[in-house]
Amino acid sequence: MGEFISFLQNNLADFWTYTGMHNATVGHLVMILVGIVFIYLAVAKEFEPMLLIPIGFGMLIGNIPFNMEAGLKVGIYEEGSVLNILYQGVTSGWYPPLIFLGIGAMTDFSALISNPKLMLIGAAAQFGIFGAYMIALALGFDPMQAGAIGIIGGADGPTAIFLSSKLAPNLMGAIAVSAYSYMALVPVIQPPIMRALTTKKERLIRMKAPRAVSHTEKVMFPIVGLLLTCFLVPSGLPLLGMLFFGNLLKESGVTRRLAETARGPLIDTITILLGLTVGASTQASEFLTVDSILIFGLGALSFVIATTSGVIFVKLFNLVLPKDNQINPLIGNAGVSAVPDSARISQVVGLEYDPGNYLLMHAMGPNVAGVIGSAVAAGILLGFLL
Amino acid sequence: MKTYSLGIVLCFTLLAGVCSSCGERKANSKLLINEVLAENESNFQDDYGLHSGWIEIFNKSYTSADLAGWLLKASSTPGDTVTYFIPKGDVQTNIKPRQHALFWTDGAPRRGTFHTNFTLCPDKDTWIGLYDSGNSLMDEMTLPAGVLKADQSYARVSDAAPEWEVKGATPDSYVTPSTNNKTIDSNPKKDKFSSHDPVGIGMAISAMSVVFLGLLLLFVCFYLIGRASIRTRGKNKVKLKQEHAAQLAAAAFVPDEVAAVIALALHEELGTGHDADPRILTIRHNSGSAWSSKEQHLRQVPQRK
Repeated sequence: MGEFISFLQNNLADFWTYTGMHNATVGHLVMILVGIVFIYLAVAKEFEPMLLIPIGFGMLIGNIPFNMEAGLKVGIYEEGSVLNILYQGVTSGWYPPLIFLGIGAMTDFSALISNPKLMLIGAAAQFGIFGAYMIALALGFDPMQAGAIGIIGGADGPTAIFLSSKLAPNLMGAIAVSAYSYMALVPVIQPPIMRALTTKKERLIRMKAPRAVSHTEKVMFPIVGLLLTCFLVPSGLPLLGMLFFGNLLKESGVTRRLAETARGPLIDTITILLGLTVGASTQASEFLTVDSILIFGLGALSFVIATTSGVIFVKLFNLVLPKDNQINPLIGNAGVSAVPDSARISQVVGLEYDPGNYLLMHAMGPNVAGVIGSAVAAGILLGFLL
Repeated sequence: MKTYSLGIVLCFTLLAGVCSSCGERKANSKLLINEVLAENESNFQDDYGLHSGWIEIFNKSYTSADLAGWLLKASSTPGDTVTYFIPKGDVQTNIKPRQHALFWTDGAPRRGTFHTNFTLCPDKDTWIGLYDSGNSLMDEMTLPAGVLKADQSYARVSDAAPEWEVKGATPDSYVTPSTNNKTIDSNPKKDKFSSHDPVGIGMAISAMSVVFLGLLLLFVCFYLIGRASIRTRGKNKVKLKQEHAAQLAAAAFVPDEVAAVIALALHEELGTGHDADPRILTIRHNSGSAWSSKEQHLRQVPQRK
């Protein structure tokens, strides 16, 4: 009997070593807390719930402590585990192009086609990427790591994941979480910079209504766009190819079912898997490092630089534009490619100063140009550094 | 007529493409002879623990390539070519991207797939050819006579490079069976940026220039397309207006007989097409759905406009 009780005690003691309570570290608890904050921000404040809910919950999943030496194959970094299999879409970089397919199928490029000079704002905002690249170099990261960190400034989660999976796979978790977190925090980061850099007179500028764009122009855009950008930067092909393909599905008018699938069930499925696995990749043992904290700091800086450069570029651009065709600098922030959040910020801030000045459609121009610009920038970094 | 013209243009384009790629097959071969060692005294051993000469094949592509059914030919005397048929059914003949396969030239094919039925003679010029399963030459090289000593190989300078050199003659150059001909022990691009652009300003300037150039090209292109579109639309508007005016003018000259026939047809149609109550007009929907009616499910193609 005594032997049996001893057997039970040993069993329970053995079981205890497998529990989360036994294996928990301060790091796990910190990350779980961060996950709960993400979920709170998504539910209570509605900050990018589509991103923050999967990422936040993924953080909880990824930070449930377990006995890592038992070979349970439950952790995201354990080869053959379910989470690890799902995570391969991130590590091998095929989730981001599928997301871009959906983005292409849901994006209306009319604003950009009707006023193509807005494309240059999308280019200017990419200074955020290279500003962060320079600061990362100064902080001691090597050029490949600095390139992967800098792309956070493109405000484009899929591009950040795609590039970091190629240039600095060991930093991918931190970069992805940082990129998505700051994309969700666009409503907090951008407005103060926009207000600080513009005068009241500039904020009141009313832009010309965009002209109607013909069906032919809309169909030509993805074809010409792909050929021009990818002949220049072939390394951006996975992202740009899918973006423009998705857009052609939408604009051709004869593949409605495919376009609806791409912008609906497909992108939703990939967003769920991407968000959840990126969240789960923040396993405390792998994630809580000094580098991760530096990356978070650099991510914030890159967003600030991108927003600043977009707004300042518009102000400079206005110096050469005729008086009756000026651009409201409040759409400069939309050059970062957080679609459509940064364009929405332009609209909200614009309406604060002139309730009749609707900037949303104008801001969508640089916003979608930013998507193209950040994908091109990612292609350049890949070409230069890989 | 337009469709036919388009078809003809497409055919000619395809033909031009096919013609331009003729003769490039050899250059485009994924699999290449990469390194050859004729006399093996103390170099790499085969799986029997024997030292034999070998031929290394390299898959230069980024996809797998299968050697099954291919031919390795060797000749050191004109008119006397020995052919080794690489057996099918061995999974090891599938070479992974950027990987190598080593064939032992021991003249003992019964030892396995990777043992050829010929040997190499270092004293004579030896031609070696790699043929695909359709007996088309994919790659060839000639092993020069008297150049190689024992345990020295004749190899491409680096994998798939066009230049060849003797390896194993100096301490810096070593024989590399089943591995890269040139060992890459650094990241040259990363090192270049680290040494020439430690601050990152060069990267920022060059990359931003490319980003601006790309979007500037798009801007110019769509600025021109937009202008052309506006002009075309203006012309079409004028044309439509003219056509409309012509139609109105034509409508004014309807002969009396035609008007009478139309009126009679309308009278008959309106008289019988109503429900019992003449004030009610019934619109009958097609009872089929996309599930039951093919007509609703399919688009009409091609749409002639």
